[in-house]
Order: sequence, then structure tokens, then C-alpha cells
Amino acid sequence: MAGVSVLVQGSWRDTLSRFAYQLKKSPMTMLGLGIIVVVLAAVAGAGWLAPYDPNQIGLVHRLAPPSAQHWFGTDEVGRDIFSRVLFGGRQSVGVGLFVAFASSIVGSAAGCFSGVMGGRVDSIVMRAMDVVLSVPSLVLTMALAAALGPSLFNAMLAITIVRIPFYVRLARGQTLGIREMAYVKAARTFGATRRHIVSWHIARNALSPIIVQTTLDIGNAILMAAALGFIGLGAQQPTAEWGAMVATGRNYLLDQWWYTVFPGFAILITAMGFNLLGDGVRDMLDPRLKVK
Amino acid sequence: MADATMPGQARATPDAVLDVRDLCLEFPVYKGSVKALNGVSLRVGPGEIVGVVGESGSGKSVTAMAALRLLPPGGFTVTGGTLTLLGRDVLAATEKDMRAVRGRDAAMIFQEPLTALNPTKRIGAQLADVILCHQNLTKTQVRDKAVALLRDMYISDPEQILRRYPFELSGGMRQRVMIALAFSCDPRLLIADEPTTALDVTVQRQVLLLLQEKARERGTAVLFITHDMAVVSQFCDRVYVMYAGSVVEQGNTREVMARPRHPYTRGLLQGLPENAPPATVLPSIRGQVPDMAALPRGCAFRDRCDHADDACAVRPALRSLDGDAARKAACWHVLVEEPAP
Amino acid sequence: MTDAADAPVLALDEVEVRFPVAADWLGRPNRYAHAINGVTLDVRRGEILGIVGESGCGKSTLAQLLMGLLEPTGGDVRRAAASDAARANVQIVFQDPQSSLDPRLPVWRVIMEPVYVRGGGRLSSLRGRAAQLALKVGLRAEQLDRYVHEFSGGQRQRIAIARALSSDPDVIVLDEPTSALDISVQAQILNLLLDLQRAYGLTYVLISHNVSVVRHLCDRVAVMYLGQIVEVGRARDVLGDPRHPYTRLLLDSVPRLGEPFAPGVPSVNTELPSNRTLPAGCFFRDRCPMATAGCELPQRLKPLPGDEHACRCHLQTGETAGPG
Repeated sequence: MAGVSVLVQGSWRDTLSRFAYQLKKSPMTMLGLGIIVVVLAAVAGAGWLAPYDPNQIGLVHRLAPPSAQHWFGTDEVGRDIFSRVLFGGRQSVGVGLFVAFASSIVGSAAGCFSGVMGGRVDSIVMRAMDVVLSVPSLVLTMALAAALGPSLFNAMLAITIVRIPFYVRLARGQTLGIREMAYVKAARTFGATRRHIVSWHIARNALSPIIVQTTLDIGNAILMAAALGFIGLGAQQPTAEWGAMVATGRNYLLDQWWYTVFPGFAILITAMGFNLLGDGVRDMLDPRLKVK
Repeated sequence: MADATMPGQARATPDAVLDVRDLCLEFPVYKGSVKALNGVSLRVGPGEIVGVVGESGSGKSVTAMAALRLLPPGGFTVTGGTLTLLGRDVLAATEKDMRAVRGRDAAMIFQEPLTALNPTKRIGAQLADVILCHQNLTKTQVRDKAVALLRDMYISDPEQILRRYPFELSGGMRQRVMIALAFSCDPRLLIADEPTTALDVTVQRQVLLLLQEKARERGTAVLFITHDMAVVSQFCDRVYVMYAGSVVEQGNTREVMARPRHPYTRGLLQGLPENAPPATVLPSIRGQVPDMAALPRGCAFRDRCDHADDACAVRPALRSLDGDAARKAACWHVLVEEPAP
Repeated sequence: MTDAADAPVLALDEVEVRFPVAADWLGRPNRYAHAINGVTLDVRRGEILGIVGESGCGKSTLAQLLMGLLEPTGGDVRRAAASDAARANVQIVFQDPQSSLDPRLPVWRVIMEPVYVRGGGRLSSLRGRAAQLALKVGLRAEQLDRYVHEFSGGQRQRIAIARALSSDPDVIVLDEPTSALDISVQAQILNLLLDLQRAYGLTYVLISHNVSVVRHLCDRVAVMYLGQIVEVGRARDVLGDPRHPYTRLLLDSVPRLGEPFAPGVPSVNTELPSNRTLPAGCFFRDRCPMATAGCELPQRLKPLPGDEHACRCHLQTGETAGPG
């Protein structure tokens, strides 16, 4: 019988095999996946791949251009930029992943709870989310980070808090939709409690769009973390972090272009990789791709 | 492919409104391709009311959509056969040619009028759109024509209806509006894809009476697609029975319903509750419709048929029965006629 | 013991259900959709009761009422059970097997969900029972780990039937069980339903607009129009010798195999009156070819001579209808 996408039904094995098909069909998604794999491998293996200690100062060859000894050149105190980019990736990518998953989990749980409870609880939660959403996200993030004090952890916390309302809305919308489905109505006719409906029906059926959003968010979160680092609210010196490096490199942009360009490029390509993957995941779940 | 060749195929008479010959069509999908049509041949003559009966996967709706080239471009491949609509080759025509034909020479009505009508426009505006698309008239002329059309459909207050939105009307009323839209430019062929399936039975009767009256009045040929055998037997002059993408039986409706010769048609008719005493076991066809992405070799009905044998490994062609060119069945073991009750 | 066996398993007494559709500026509802307007009906143990009607007659609301998803705004619903303290276990088979089964649950869980919810034991023990049920409805035990979309329409309906059976229900409500199925599959499902009913002495309430299916399965039939029962009785009486003008119209409109159209002109007014404002007197008056004096008074459901057969039309029952 026609009409229902294979990807919003069935086991996760089915979904994975469909994903593999989508990958073959879409070179951009494969590119995205490839980039992510390379970046994650490089960042995880920074300990082995980095030729130098990222914090090792060598004032003799400060601000040296890219060469065989220093692939990405050196910064103003002679630290190897390549090594700093590799280790800095741990901060930036780590933040991205943490923020995306933390906000997703907390937000989805809250949204689902709100959708299931309905009534006044729902209203209170939604109004609270509206308040958070009414402030432009970058401003709010900066304000929170500044208030909590400049550190990487506080930056992560700030970005997470700002992202939560999106997941609350998403999960709530999904929950409300699934509640109206015939199989949930059927469950109610056998006297199912709300807890049962959530654990048996809502959780597994609401996941797909949440996963898409989370994947797309990783790229955004990396950009946000870099933005915070850029204005000095993220990781503090001497910790390597892409945004901070771009910021410091600004001062040397005209003559020592490599200082800004390489970390900037790292941010760009990592965010792009996650975005391409996220687009691929979203296309995969596109209801237009129905199996007859 | 182990197909038998068709002996002495008749030439298409130039006045056939719709002439489909050996059409083979498939949809590439996730795991291979779905062979939706496997050598479908059917013909609609001018002024005839022809029915196409089948279950899901039979290809009946695909045939209808293909006739007006309404299938998504690029989403399907024609692997054989021809399709001629009013003398034009549909498969080779440009979109521009087809747009001139649709609505004017050939029209279509669908099962769910709520999705076929634009929910954001009033009925009057939609009627005007269609009329203006094919005829150049002044605003007053268009409005008068719209009112006349609706009145012709036995709608009692046409001016009122013109001002309404589709969601404000009942299902039967919407279907009458669809029929009015379809007849607005006096088409030579009307394709109706399950137009009454979603309607109540009392409303269905009215809609069918209306359709029959208007088609006969204007000499419009109708291709009526349905899964309801009873409706076909009331409404259509001739019928084609489709299964798994091909025609398995065809002929005069009365004949086919009273004396089905293909095991599938007979199985279908015997399984209808109206044909059995209440609370008895209904003779049913075992198994289910085959997966269209993986059709078996030979006769597609083979696995479900009680009369199948080795000969059925070769796909049977449609052959005339009893010397009657219009009465055909695609079976090596065409059922013997039972004596009339 | 005889009394308990004779007591109807579900009894509706002058039930009314209305839904608010508009409210005044203070939020108090001031207009209603009157879905059910005085239905009195018994569902007897072991019978197959059919409810026939077209869209707008209230049969879907009636299904929800029988299921316990709705409470009546007027009148009374009594749900007796074999053990008289407990509420009757009413299970339902929906029209669309695709949307009424969770696409992300393996089929054995779908089938056993009612049992689990009613406290039937741990999930692991239920797997075995699911296999037994599967055999009863014609599915193979090894298919139980698959997901709903891997089955055909007919098989999905079998899954739905297995689910309805799993908790040993007192009544099974079948809401258009074959309307979404191919005709070749319809026969299989009808056969299955009859088999199960005979083997286990089940009680069915079959709600459908398909007169042929109702005629085939049901012992008794009730015809609904605009939230009322206009005719009720044994199936062969109601469908073979219909008395109410609406029943006659309905049966005449059913297309018959092999017969051409009965001659007729497409008439103008064929729509159900709105249920926002109920008509005064007989609800069918505007469409009735026999409308006459006396029809402007509310009609009551009165028995016809003979047993069991009742009709809501004073011209048939010979009653001078009184108000209410």
C-alpha cells in the first residue's frame, strides 16, 4: 500500500540501509560524511598527528610563513599553528557536539513532556520558551557567557541554553501530532496511561526530525563557539581554540595571512561537513520520497 | 521474455478517442523498478463508456494518468508500446501540446475533489479559470456560462455556489462541481479515476446518473476507473479487467459479469458477498497481489490460480473468445462457459 | 445464570452526544453539533450487530462511544461484563490498518499491547502468546518480529484483528473493517471474522456503509440517520423488507451486479441536513417521497407487527406520533 516513507517506520536497520542508498545517490552528502570523518579522525588523533606541542613557545621563529617544518606557519609566540589547529579542534568540535546533544536531549524531553501534559503545564513551558526566543540568540549567548564568566564551559552552557527552546518546540509539535495518530487513539482505547503512550509510541516516532535537527545543529554550534571565542568569551589563552585564533590573527591579517586563514578554514570546512550531512539526513526523511 | 505473440492485431480505427497498445511503463524506485504496466492495450471509441476494473497494483490509475501525461516527468520510463489520444501520440508530445489538450479535448476527474480543487479560491473563480483557459470570452459571458454549467449539473442555486469555497460544500456537491469543470469545454474524452469511491452510496447514485446523462448528451467518451464491480456493471458499456499491470479480460460488461472466463475475474466475482448466501464461507482467491517490483515470469496470476500448470510459465496473450473480437481473455485455460442459470 | 447470559453486554438507553462548535464571548458554548440524538440499542452476547448509515449519521461517534472514548451528554451507557463488577472489555478494529498500527513497533508488540496495558504480564512472556494468536488469524509465527509496513493490506488487517482478540474482549467493534482493502482480500477477511466468531462465540458490532458486507455478516441490523436509529431488526427483515423510506432509498441506491441503472433523473437535493440545528419532526422529511401530515411531529422508534423489527415512521408503524 502506497504512501508511507520507509524512513518513518520500521527498525533502525531499515533506516540505516536507506541512508546508505541516499549516500550513493547524493555526492554532497557523501562529501559531508567524508569531511566529518577526516576532521574527527584528525582531531581525535591530534596527540599522534601533531608534530609539536601546541603550547610550546619558540620566539625564534615567530610569525613564520607555512613551510616544511611548520605546515600552517607559526603564531606571534612561535607556536605551530598546525598543531594548534588540531588540538583546537578538540575544543571547537567538542563544544559543537556537546551543545547539540545536550540541548537536543534536554529540549526534546521538555517538549515531549509539555506536549503530553497539555493544559497549564504546556502553557507555562511554552511561554517560558517564548521569553528565551524573544531575545536574539547571539546577544543572549554573549550576555549569558559574559555573566557566567569567560571560560569554555560557560560558553557551552550559554549556547546550550539558547538552543533548547528550538527543541522544545520541535518535540512538542511532534508529540502533538503523534498524539492524534490512529495508533495512539487505539492505545487509549485499551486504557493506556500517558507514560505508556510516551514510551511505546511517542518516543520512537518523534525521533526522526529531532535527529535531523541535531545533526544540522552541530555545524551551527561550532560556529557559535567560534564566535564566542572570537570575542573572547570562550576558551582562554593559552588553550588553542579556532575562534580565538581567528581573533588574534586579525591583528596580523595583512602580512601573516596564515594565522587567520587556517583556523578559519577549519571552522568553515567542519561546519560545512556537518551541514551537508544534515541536509542529506533531512532529504532522506523527506516525505516526498515515498516508497510505492 | 517468454511472451506469446498476438495473432492478427487489428489496425487502430482513426476515430478511436483513446488507443493504448502494448504499453509498458515502469517507475524506478529504491530497490530496482516497479513495472506498473506490462503490455496494456485498450481502446475507447467516441461516445463509449468504458470501465477499467482492478485492485491495487493493477495499473488502472497509472494508465489513466499516462493517457493525459500526468505522471511526474522523469519519474517513469516507457519501455514499449504506444499511447494515442485523439490521434496524437501522447508519449512524444511536448508539454505545450498536452496543455492544449487537457481540459479542452480531454478532461479528468479524481477521487477526492477536495484535493483536486484549489481550497483557497472560490468555485466561481476556478470555473472561470478553466473556461478562460480554452475559450476567449468576456467576463459576463464566462459567468453566465459557469452558472449554466452548474445548473446543468442539477445544482439548485448556482449563483450561491459560485461564491463558495470548496470546503464549504459537501462531497457530492464538490464532485458535481468537478464534473462541471470537466465538461466546461465539451471534451471528447472524460477520464474518471474512482470518482465515487469516497462518496456515500445515495450520493454515488446521483453522481453516476448525472455523469451518464451528461456524457450521453454531449457524446463524450468516458474512461471510468474503479475497483467496484457493481458500479461498473451498472454504468459501463464495455469493461477491461486489469491485474498486475496488464489486461486479463475484456468485453461487453454484461457478458463479462455474467460469464467471466478468466480465473481472476471469476474469483473476484465469486468472492463478493452479494454473490453468496449470508453468513457462508466466501470463495476467496488465495494469496495476495504480487510485488510489482518483482513480478514472476509468465502469468502474473499463476501463484494464486487453481487452474495453473506448466503452460502458465509463458505469459498468455489476450486472445479472442468464441470468434468475438471484442471479447478477450489472457489465459491458457480459459474457463468453459457455464450454462446460463 | 440465565439472567446474566441474557443481559445485553452493552446497553445504550436514549443516548445523546453533542459537541460544542461555537462559543459566545465568555467562552460558553452556544452552538452544538448533535452527533447522536436518542439512540436506544442493545448489543446481545454472541451476536453480530450491524450499524449502517452514511456520512453524518453518527456511526463513528457511536463507535467512539462504545469504545469508551466518549461519554454521552445525555442518556446512559451500561457496559456489563461476564464478571459483573468489571467494565466490559471492548476492543476495536479500525478501518485503516496502516494508520492504526504503530509503524515503529514490531508486530508482536502491536498485537499484545492491549494485554500489556491491562496488566497482562511481562513483555517477555507475551511473545509466546502473540505467536498463538498469529496462527489463529492466519499469520505465521516467524513474521512477528517484522514491522507493519512489510505486510500487505489484508495481513495488516489480520494483525489488527489479532490485537483485538488478544485481551479476550467481550465485544469487538469493527469500524469499516474491509473498506480499505482490495476486494479479493475482503473475502478472506470476512471469512476470518466469521470463523473466529463461530469458534469463540465472539460478539461483534459492525459499523459500515457497505450494505453487502452487513448483509453477509450480521444477525441484526440498525440503520442510522442523523444520529437516530430509523430502523432496526433482524438482517433479513431490515435489508430484505425495508420499511423506513430512508432504508428503502439506501438499498435502492446500492449498485447491483449485472443490472443496469434503474432509470432516474439526478435529483437536486440529496444532502443530509446539518446536525447543528436539528429539523423539527421527522429528520428525513425533506427528502422523503412519502412525506405527509403527521411528519412534522417527532417520530418514535416503534415496533412493527411481528417480532424484533422496529421503524421510526408513523406511516409504517401506524402510530400517531406524540411529542418527544
